[in-house]
Formats: sequence, C-alpha cells, structure tokens
Amino acid sequence: MERRIKVLIAKLGLDGHDRGAKVIARGLRDEGMDVIYTGLRQTPEQIVKAALQEDVDVIGISILSGVYMELVPKVIELMKKYGLENVGLVVGGVIVPDDIPKLKALGVDEVFLPGSSIREIANSIRDVVKRKRGIKVE
Amino acid sequence: MNDLLDRALRGEEIAISKLLTKIESLSDEGLSYLSYLMRRPTKAHTIGITGLPGSGKSTLIAELIKEYSRKGLRVAVILVEPSSPFTMGSFMGNRIRMQEVATEGNIFIRSVSTEGNLGGLSLSALMFIEAFDGLGFDKIIIETVGAGQMDVDLKDVVHTKVVLNVPGTGDEIQVLKAGLMEIGDIYVINKAERPDVALLEDAIKFLIDSSESNNDENWKPRVVKTVAIKGIGVNNLISDIEDHKRYLIDTKRYDEVVRKRRIKLIEIYLRSYFNKIIKNLLSTNENYMLIINNNEFDFRAIINSLLGKIKESF
Repeated sequence: MERRIKVLIAKLGLDGHDRGAKVIARGLRDEGMDVIYTGLRQTPEQIVKAALQEDVDVIGISILSGVYMELVPKVIELMKKYGLENVGLVVGGVIVPDDIPKLKALGVDEVFLPGSSIREIANSIRDVVKRKRGIKVE
Repeated sequence: MNDLLDRALRGEEIAISKLLTKIESLSDEGLSYLSYLMRRPTKAHTIGITGLPGSGKSTLIAELIKEYSRKGLRVAVILVEPSSPFTMGSFMGNRIRMQEVATEGNIFIRSVSTEGNLGGLSLSALMFIEAFDGLGFDKIIIETVGAGQMDVDLKDVVHTKVVLNVPGTGDEIQVLKAGLMEIGDIYVINKAERPDVALLEDAIKFLIDSSESNNDENWKPRVVKTVAIKGIGVNNLISDIEDHKRYLIDTKRYDEVVRKRRIKLIEIYLRSYFNKIIKNLLSTNENYMLIINNNEFDFRAIINSLLGKIKESF
C-alpha cells in the first residue's frame, strides 16, 4: 500500500508569526498529505521528539525571527541523536540568500523563500521523500 | 525475536514509532507484529475522550498526561483527526496542546487520520490501542474526532468513556438527543467558568437520572466541571476515572471490554477491506453508469451486475 506523505510543520524558537506556517500546512493538506502542526515557539527538542513519535517523512521548519543559523543546527544534531537521518528537513521563511548554501551544507534538504508556491513546495517535498525515505509516494 | 519488536518492547521510541507505521500500512510484517503483541498480557486502562470540536479535549488530555506521568505511569495517546473527503490529506493540530508535556516522562503521542471513516475512529487507531497495550503502557488515551452526536464508536472500544460538553452550545434538547450523550461514563462540563454552566449541569443530570437505557445499572455516570486550560477540576476528573476503572475490575467487566474491542477491530478491518473493494468497483464502473439515460436506468439490474463482479473477484 502506498502511504500518504506525513509532514511535521513547526515554528522554531521565539517567533510569534505563524500565518505562513498555517498556509503551508493547509496547502500541503490539500495536496493530499498528512500534516501535523505543532504550533508556536517550539524548541528543537519538542520538534524532533514529535517527528520521532509520529514517524514523519519530512520536518518543515518555518522561521521568521532570523536565528535559523543558531537553531537549525540543534535540530539536525537532535535528529542524528534520535536516528532520524533519513527524515527530510526543509526550512522556509525569511532566510538570507547567502545562507542557503550554508544551511544545505549542514544537512537541510531544501530552503523555501517568500513567494514560493504551494505546488512547488509540495513537489519538492515529494522529491525529498523519494530520495531520503525510498518510498513510493502518491 | 525480531529486532524491531524487541527494541520496541524495551521501550525504544524510534522502534515503537516504526512498528506503528508498519502496522498502519497493513503489511504482512505489520500484521504479524500486531498479532504477536495482541497475545501478550493486556492490562492498559483505555480512556476515550470525545466531544464537540473546540470543547477542549486536547487541552484536557494534556492535563491528564501531566498528572499520570507525575504518578510514574507510562502513557500512550492516540489523536484521531479528520481527513479531507476530497484529497484524503489532513491537518492535524491536536498535538499543539500537548507539546509541552510530550518531552517529559514516559509519554508516547501519535496522530492518525480518520482515512474517511465515519464514526470518529479509524482502523489505525484501533490497531494502535492493541499495539500500545501489548507494549505495556499503563494508560492509553484516545481522542476522537469532534464529530458530535453520532460519535458513538467509542462505546465498544475503551474502558472509560469521557464526554466533553461546554456551556452555551444549545438548550437542554441537545442533551436529550440520542447518540453521543448516551455513552458517557463521565460527563465533563469544560470551560465551566462560562455563563449558563448551571443550566447545562441540570440538563445533563436530568439526562442521567431519567435514563433507562444505561448499559450498566451499577455505574451512575458522573458529572465533573473543569476549566482545563487552568487545570481546574482535573484532579476530580482523574479520581472519577480511577473510580470507574475500579468499578470495572470489581464487577469483572475490565477484560470483557478488551474482548469487545477486539471484535470491533475485526469488524472495522473487514469493513475497511470491503470499502476498498466497493470504491474500486465504483470508480471503474462510474463512467458507464453516468451515460445511462434516466429512463433506461435499471437500478436492480445494475446492483445485481455489480454484486456479481464482487463475487467473481473472490
């Protein structure tokens, strides 16, 4: 049986703006995915623990506060600690373009900037899932 | 023993998580794990939480988790969330209220979508109850979709059924309607700081006192007032939940619930199996049926032909 893609959408750190994250979560739902939304002000520990228990295919982090270079490495470190190396990690929000290669070097699979369409994001998530999870996707 | 199963039985979270995914996929491997776990001793106290959307189910569960983990219990939570009838996708947000407690203690929370099933429960949820029980959890809490009056699937599935109500959602006539308001072992009036709480309490008490259909004459449903977001009333609720558990054990009904729940699991498995067959059959024959003129539409012949196709496929 082919499984629907399961995505965790999370707001990382001290960041109170989640309209964007909700739009993405809702859009991915409409693309036929199961989306778990964990809400505002999540610590790396909370996010990774939720991803672990839910066995998600991809973690999507939304961040507008600018501290992604501090917090994303912590998420990656915890993902390794808990054995989630084959879970995709995508980051979206206000990201300085120069930092995109740095994030990717750390292990982020995709970075989405403002203006990305839902379809584009959904397709890239499907690619990440195919690559990292080696499962068939609908 | 199988490595994954072994690790899951030792409580390793990633192994439990992968095990659940395999079970959910209905693969042979997954079903064999489930069969193994179902032959292990069952002891978990299963608690179902249901009620209208927005009545505070998730918030209340977060409070229950806090208390149970303080007592050193191992708690599993199954969050059933609605799936879209159009895309089958889902937006699952119930975890939000539990994120703070999820990193402490021995708590495992898993969300499942209804996969289009009516009645508030899904096959995955029923299989997960069995899996968590076999893995040795002490409490299994199931939050069902806030579907409302017809959300009665819980009846044969959990030991203790908690139905949430909030003041201001209609007059006492709503309380007297059949369905959801018949199944509760405990009725919670949440958001009890709101006006009209006395009205609702009276209506529920009247319902309980006047009920003849009570499935169990020796347990009179309790009514508890809570303000879950502030933790008010939660201890009263927990002591009522424990009273109900003790009552089931004392009257030798505790194990009977497990047997009934397994029959329900088999029923839902078969239903979902046949649903798929029916769905496929309809999608392959829909175009043919759409082009028949209304005055040539022979309902009986069509039904017989479709049933014939189902029989052939076996």
